[in-house]
Amino acid sequence: MESSAEKIWKITWQERFQRLQNLLLELWRDKAGFIGMMLICALLFMAFAAPLLAPHHPADQDLMARLKPPAWSPNGSWNHIFGTDHLGRDVLSRVIYGSRVSLIVGATVVFAAGVFGTVLGLIAGYFRGRVDSFIMRWIDTQVAFPGLLLALIILAVIGPSLITVILVLSFNGWMVYGRMTRSAVLSVRETAYVEAAEILGCNSRRVIFRHILPNLTSPLLTLAILEFARIVLAEAALSFLGLGIQPPATSWGLDVAAGKDYMFRAWWLVTFPGIAISITVLAINLVASWMRLISDPQEREKQFARQMAALKRKHRRKEGAGA
Amino acid sequence: MGRYILKRFGHGIIVIFGVTVFVFVITRMVGDPVKVMLPLEATIEQRAAFEKQLGLDRPIWVQFIDFMTDMAGLNFGNSLWQHRPAMTIVLEKLPLTLALAFLGIGLAFALSIPLGIIASLKPGGVSDRFTVFISLIGLSIPQFWLGLLLIVVFAVQLRWLPTSGVDSPAHIILPAITMALPALARLVMIVRSSMIDELNRQYVKTCTAKGLPFYRVVGVHALRNASLPVVTLCGWELIRAVAGYSVVVETVFAWPGLGLTAMQAIEREDLILLQAIVFTVALVVVVINIIMDFVYTLIDPRLKLA
Repeated sequence: MESSAEKIWKITWQERFQRLQNLLLELWRDKAGFIGMMLICALLFMAFAAPLLAPHHPADQDLMARLKPPAWSPNGSWNHIFGTDHLGRDVLSRVIYGSRVSLIVGATVVFAAGVFGTVLGLIAGYFRGRVDSFIMRWIDTQVAFPGLLLALIILAVIGPSLITVILVLSFNGWMVYGRMTRSAVLSVRETAYVEAAEILGCNSRRVIFRHILPNLTSPLLTLAILEFARIVLAEAALSFLGLGIQPPATSWGLDVAAGKDYMFRAWWLVTFPGIAISITVLAINLVASWMRLISDPQEREKQFARQMAALKRKHRRKEGAGA
Repeated sequence: MGRYILKRFGHGIIVIFGVTVFVFVITRMVGDPVKVMLPLEATIEQRAAFEKQLGLDRPIWVQFIDFMTDMAGLNFGNSLWQHRPAMTIVLEKLPLTLALAFLGIGLAFALSIPLGIIASLKPGGVSDRFTVFISLIGLSIPQFWLGLLLIVVFAVQLRWLPTSGVDSPAHIILPAITMALPALARLVMIVRSSMIDELNRQYVKTCTAKGLPFYRVVGVHALRNASLPVVTLCGWELIRAVAGYSVVVETVFAWPGLGLTAMQAIEREDLILLQAIVFTVALVVVVINIIMDFVYTLIDPRLKLA
């Protein structure tokens, strides 16, 4: 009996494929979102296949070939397409390897802060009362903290490293998820399906994670993507200040900081890592704004109305031209 | 209203208390201040003397109470780097940071309103798409890189403006623009979206129908109702500018405010000065928050009841 009941709810693979196809079609229609998604795919590929793509090892020094300009300028050579830095390291290889740090820090921080914030938000919204007011006070207090400065104190005392950067950024970034999850839970808390689950005798853990959480997926996902962009920028800024990733490793922010001293003689040292950060963040922002459009029914309706209006206008103009 | 103010002040005190406890835990319990502040070759006797000087040889709860009373009296002790009271240094630097933050965010606020309104008048039109695209790019460029770019273009190539320092009023232009641009991008987006929402409301139609001129409908009626989220974000931007972006922008332009001083304090391992800076910035943040709450009630009288 249970199996037949389950069958109704189960989605076949065919349907899943159909849904994915529809989603991709919608992505194709939003050109900006599509370009953003392509860029992100390229970045992921770059990060995973870095040893295959990079022409040199990122830390290999060649003191005979210091500060070589990019290939297309008069003194450049195709051995170093984006030129070399003050220690003769290949800029292109460093940019390729730098994507790893950005993506690792971004993904870990979004995951850690997202899980912590979401769980606290679920608890606060579901149980309400004292737990809620305690968690919300905590969030209000921490939001009012001078974030970066406290991060500086932590980094000054513990010492900068990949792990500390991740910890500090997670510590500073979980509150957004908490607030958003709580307000979303409060709005679905009173709906019929939550009540039905409670009447059927689900315990609170099951209600929260099986019934409420899946309905918050799309706003949380959009928020997580936006946060990802913010974290990539924050990591770059910390590394630029010398408090993030430390020298033998590579990071785009670190490379900009190192190239800063040679900025007027060797423009390529700050230019390429900077462009890499900008493109990464831009791609994520484009995808996030597309996601917000498709996940918000109100926005979808507006977009549909706009398309219809544009069609009508075009139609009318044609008629006008005909007459 | 009185209760509301009291509540906000109470919250401010909790925040300051939280920051103080946090700083205490991080510096005294997680890290070892003696190890951070003294050079590696210091002898055991020197370390012990230094511990005594800072009072680190006493039980942790005595240290905590002492720390709290010192903070309450704004008495941080002498900076290890400059050998004078940390608070004096902080008070010297604070106006520079505030000037930069207020000028930058003020600039962003002033520009965001006309730009956002123009974009919102025709959602999906050419000017709207252009504005959104430019804002997205503005959001994506790292601030430190933007600063370097401005130095290369306006200070080195064109030679219009000085690169760094504080010698003349012209020195604040480039840092202020660097501070303003990312904030401007975010503010334009919020002005645009809340104006679009307001312009679709019924009362806008009523205003137009009763014969009000277009600029009054948009600039007075719709703008006032759309301004609450804008002012909220503006307050946030100001807080972020003082408590975060100042470190980056001041480092790029060698602007000797609190942010640059914090970086120098870290370099010289001067935890006392760093504590004083963090505490002061937390105070400034709390004050800005309270001011923002007053501004809300001015804009939206409905909030007075809450």
